[in-house]
Amino acid sequence: MALQDKDRIFRNLYGFQDWKLAGAKVRGAWDGTKALIEKGHDGIIAEIKNSGLRGRGGAGFPTGLKWSFMPKSDPRPSYLVINADESEPGSCKDREIMRHDPHLLIEGALLASFAMRAHTCYTYVRGEFVRERERLEAAVAEAYAAKLIGKNNVHGWDFDFIVHHGAGAYICGEETALLESLEGKKGQPRLKPPFPANTGLYGAPTTVNNVESIAVVPDILRRGATWFAGFGKPNNTGTKLFQISGHVEQPCVVEEEMGIALRELLERHAGGVRGGWDNLLAVIPGGSSMPCLPASLCQDLTLDFDTLSKLKSGMGTAAVIVMDKSTDIIAAIRRIAYFYKHESCGQCTPCREGCGWMWRMLRRMELGEASKSEIDLLADMTTKIEGHTICALGDGAAWPVQGLLRHFRGVIEERIDRHQAALQLAAE
Amino acid sequence: MSVRRLDPNQPASFAFTSQNEAWAKATIAQYPPGKQASAVIPLLWRAQEQHAGWLPEPAIRVVADMLGMAYIRVYEVATFYTMFQLSPVGRKAHVQVCGTTPCMLRGAEALVAVCRERIHPEPHHLSSDGDFSWEEVECLGACANAPMVQIWKDTYEDLTPASFEKVLHGFSHGAPVKPGSQIGRQASCPTGGPTTLKDFAKAAK
Repeated sequence: MALQDKDRIFRNLYGFQDWKLAGAKVRGAWDGTKALIEKGHDGIIAEIKNSGLRGRGGAGFPTGLKWSFMPKSDPRPSYLVINADESEPGSCKDREIMRHDPHLLIEGALLASFAMRAHTCYTYVRGEFVRERERLEAAVAEAYAAKLIGKNNVHGWDFDFIVHHGAGAYICGEETALLESLEGKKGQPRLKPPFPANTGLYGAPTTVNNVESIAVVPDILRRGATWFAGFGKPNNTGTKLFQISGHVEQPCVVEEEMGIALRELLERHAGGVRGGWDNLLAVIPGGSSMPCLPASLCQDLTLDFDTLSKLKSGMGTAAVIVMDKSTDIIAAIRRIAYFYKHESCGQCTPCREGCGWMWRMLRRMELGEASKSEIDLLADMTTKIEGHTICALGDGAAWPVQGLLRHFRGVIEERIDRHQAALQLAAE
Repeated sequence: MSVRRLDPNQPASFAFTSQNEAWAKATIAQYPPGKQASAVIPLLWRAQEQHAGWLPEPAIRVVADMLGMAYIRVYEVATFYTMFQLSPVGRKAHVQVCGTTPCMLRGAEALVAVCRERIHPEPHHLSSDGDFSWEEVECLGACANAPMVQIWKDTYEDLTPASFEKVLHGFSHGAPVKPGSQIGRQASCPTGGPTTLKDFAKAAK
């Protein structure tokens, strides 16, 4: 059964209504927040654990468990850092939260910070989101003025919410690169361990969470863990913002139940695949880092963490990029490879050199200029990058190429054959 | 990685306006004592805004001095983050065209062609009248409204080459079109109208 409006968390997803404090309150934000805080630090963490919420930023790590790693007594201050550096190609959900329902994020930040005994939250908004940042800053000012946050606020937990921003670096979406950037340095990821919960921002205990993960917290606490866990599938619970882009009739962002069938999602909300379902070539189910899946695997595909990882792809940020049969799949993945080449921070050699190498190789394949033995060479090279870098950008660069080679090797071979034949013909 | 160098032609000096100076002080105070380096991106950004959309070398020194940072550290930041423009940009508009796969699938390459034709064949060059410049950028995070461009603080979405020409025309004539979707849809709502939250959309009207 389809998710009903009453169970949607993002009730102003498209901004038809007032984003300001008054409008947010009408939709239920900031209602009984004090009572939620009275559940206590551990009570809130337990509730989030029971809800089954998994991080919405891509990795899907259980949010409550992550919070429980924070120290309970430590002389250093604790920090919550919200990752609003939304830059994964295909992803455009945090933008909608910040510009249309910013109070959900601020209230969630207060509750999450309280749970982790933090008094300060920094939100790192990507540089390009200027209007979204202005909107968030305005909402924060409203919350301060209404004494919902700040020193001596009505909730009895001193709390500062500071909006920070980047300047155009995808890598700053990686949590430790984000912390480096927030400290005023180049965004180059740190080695883990130590993990941020132990040594994070300014060397103090820090938890980094995605915007959506934090913005759903107030509703989960208000309605209860069992309500949230009632949606989706075991280990893949709740509702989720899906972002549908590419070759559909009506691209959109929409909140649906975890584990919804791909076809149902596309046909109910996005007007279906351009030219009909049978015109589907492939989808990238979770943003550019996730390997593509050919139409043959999409027939009964459901979108959730476990199903997609079994197919050697991933849920990522639930950014569904649809490609119809008019797509040059080699060019589409080549453009993704270029993205990673451009966005590699340059710290680790396999990624810095490998991403450019993969891109140049794919360009040769797109034109048919490669030889067939290079396909295996490229496949081998992806495994030299994957798992051999400090952060997961190397993995994220290798996976889409692996997906292409796994499912569309025939297309590359055919392109090479055609090019060879054309050369032959020209020679004669 | 991309190679980024300072422009060979630099102004002799840079100073924040008194208004920006006061803003900078308040911004630095948002971070704990001794951690003022955290303000480096916001300050460089404000310097760029004050200086016709590009970041000159003297501004890097000014920001470094304000934050007690070594010049090289601020230089690293200015060259690492690609939204810092290290050379002059168009007076009326610097166009960032998103070229990444979700936009590419919906026609971003045609928008790049318009830039090459109307502004300059190469990115990061000024148009002959100095009013425009362009670059292809990596995902701008509006994929459900592809293809799109960003000019200054605003995005122009759901573009076609024709509607993109209108956007450029607006900037060149000092009458920019309304930002956002250029086919009149509400944010990332489906074009045919909402498939969810219909009552919320109605109640707003």
